[in-house]
Amino acid sequence: MIDVSAGELMVAQAAREIRDGEKVFVGMRLPLIAFVVAKRTHAPNAVGLFELGLVRDEPAAELLYTMGDTANVDGAMWCGPMLDVMGMLQRGDVEAGFIGGAEVDRHGNLNTTAIGGERQRPAVALPGSGGGADIASLAKRLIVIMPHDRRRLVERVSFITSPGYGDGPGWRERVGLPRGGPSVLITTLGVFRFVDGEAVLETYHPTASLDEVRASTGWEPKLARDVRATELPSGEVLDIIRGYDPKGFWTRRET
Amino acid sequence: MGTAKRTTLADAVARFTRDGMSIAIGLALEPAIPFAFAHELIRQRRRDLELIGPISDVLFDQLIGAGCVRRVTAAWVGNVSAGLGHCYRRALEQGVPRRIEVRDHSNFTIAQALLAGAIGAPFIPTRTLLGSDIPRANGTFRESVSPFDGTTVLLVPAVLPDLAVIACQRADEEGNAQLVGPWGISREGALAAREVVVLAERVVPRREISSAPNLTLVPGTKVVAVVEEPFACHPSPLQGAYPRDHEFFHEYHRATRTREGFDAWLADWVTAVPDRAAYLAKLAPRWPP
Repeated sequence: MIDVSAGELMVAQAAREIRDGEKVFVGMRLPLIAFVVAKRTHAPNAVGLFELGLVRDEPAAELLYTMGDTANVDGAMWCGPMLDVMGMLQRGDVEAGFIGGAEVDRHGNLNTTAIGGERQRPAVALPGSGGGADIASLAKRLIVIMPHDRRRLVERVSFITSPGYGDGPGWRERVGLPRGGPSVLITTLGVFRFVDGEAVLETYHPTASLDEVRASTGWEPKLARDVRATELPSGEVLDIIRGYDPKGFWTRRET
Repeated sequence: MGTAKRTTLADAVARFTRDGMSIAIGLALEPAIPFAFAHELIRQRRRDLELIGPISDVLFDQLIGAGCVRRVTAAWVGNVSAGLGHCYRRALEQGVPRRIEVRDHSNFTIAQALLAGAIGAPFIPTRTLLGSDIPRANGTFRESVSPFDGTTVLLVPAVLPDLAVIACQRADEEGNAQLVGPWGISREGALAAREVVVLAERVVPRREISSAPNLTLVPGTKVVAVVEEPFACHPSPLQGAYPRDHEFFHEYHRATRTREGFDAWLADWVTAVPDRAAYLAKLAPRWPP
């Protein structure tokens, strides 16, 4: 029995996607903690952008439940209108952004709008884009984090809220998107890397198995030639995660 | 000039809202959400409202559950730290308590739509959402080609709310309102609206505002009512005044899974409570922290 939660594994993997010195749209939930881990380990000069108008070069002093918590405002290097940070994103000033979703497909398109039925009368109404579709459209790199099961990893999403690679290579250019696309999909079971616009399984978590990943994915996933188990987070990284989220509000919640 | 705009929350809602109007509210995203105003809309039984905003946490969910809403023009509707909005789901999936219409946006496009409204432009061109299904679902956007460089652009038309509601730490009696902390799309929303109602934690002498006028979110010329209403944003935070009451959001999420549960919550916290002072008395001693 490995005493690491899927949430902790995902945070540790997500942190590795942040490079030192990058400006990153951090978003909500697990990515908030990934930003903390990156800042305190390999990426001390990373800068976090929050769509409500905040730019931070130091993580907030306490666990955030939303990006608008008072602790995320206090100590920020800048607090401007949303249009200014979204403008930086549209200009191409932002290297990476995080996003989650209810559904993702093999080409990295995400649905957070609705499942089944018509838009105005869906079977399941989801909250919507928020800033997710903007990050997916405009960041240079997109890091996707979400729970993994057959209802979520589907062959084709029913509604593209946040554009990935559409139907494959060349699609983003055809529709007029200026840059970007998903680089990685981190799930509760493994890590997919996008190659030629398609998710390729790179690792499966030691809490899961290759068979479980296959059985839980709505398409037959391509496997990296050296597909292997996900490296466990170091003691240092786990200490950071558990120190920041001691009750496991985000990292040990049921998905 | 004087105190003509100073009033109570009940009076501001009675005089400056009406059935069928469009109201931009919750424009700073997660903080400074004017929950007190929404609760008064519910008590005065406003109907057929169009709500405009980016992410207004559970404020939109509550107004939808109370049957006040005809249309939501927004980027996101739910409970930010707890998950889905149960009332929003019931309305859209089952038409309970009534059918609502959704006009989908992203945070950037609702910001741009209000910017267009604020500066009197018919639309703002953007590169976001190209390839997304949101423009088709929204139905009011147009795809076009930039005449300058030939690139594809999405044209986001202006949104012009009838009313914008702004909560802030301080304002003077004319409604010159200063909001410390994230503005989100508050300024664009207030300038795009025909009228603005300001809920201030404190109404202060003019000089306290005019000594730093660049901090003023919207000039008082747009403002029709100024209400001094402490803790008007609870359970959302107001920077420097009070933090977010996370557990209140999570209790709301658990309590409103069923329609009956929501109705009981609404009776408990809104309709059986005459005003904000009574709401705060009910919260004590757990709040303020």
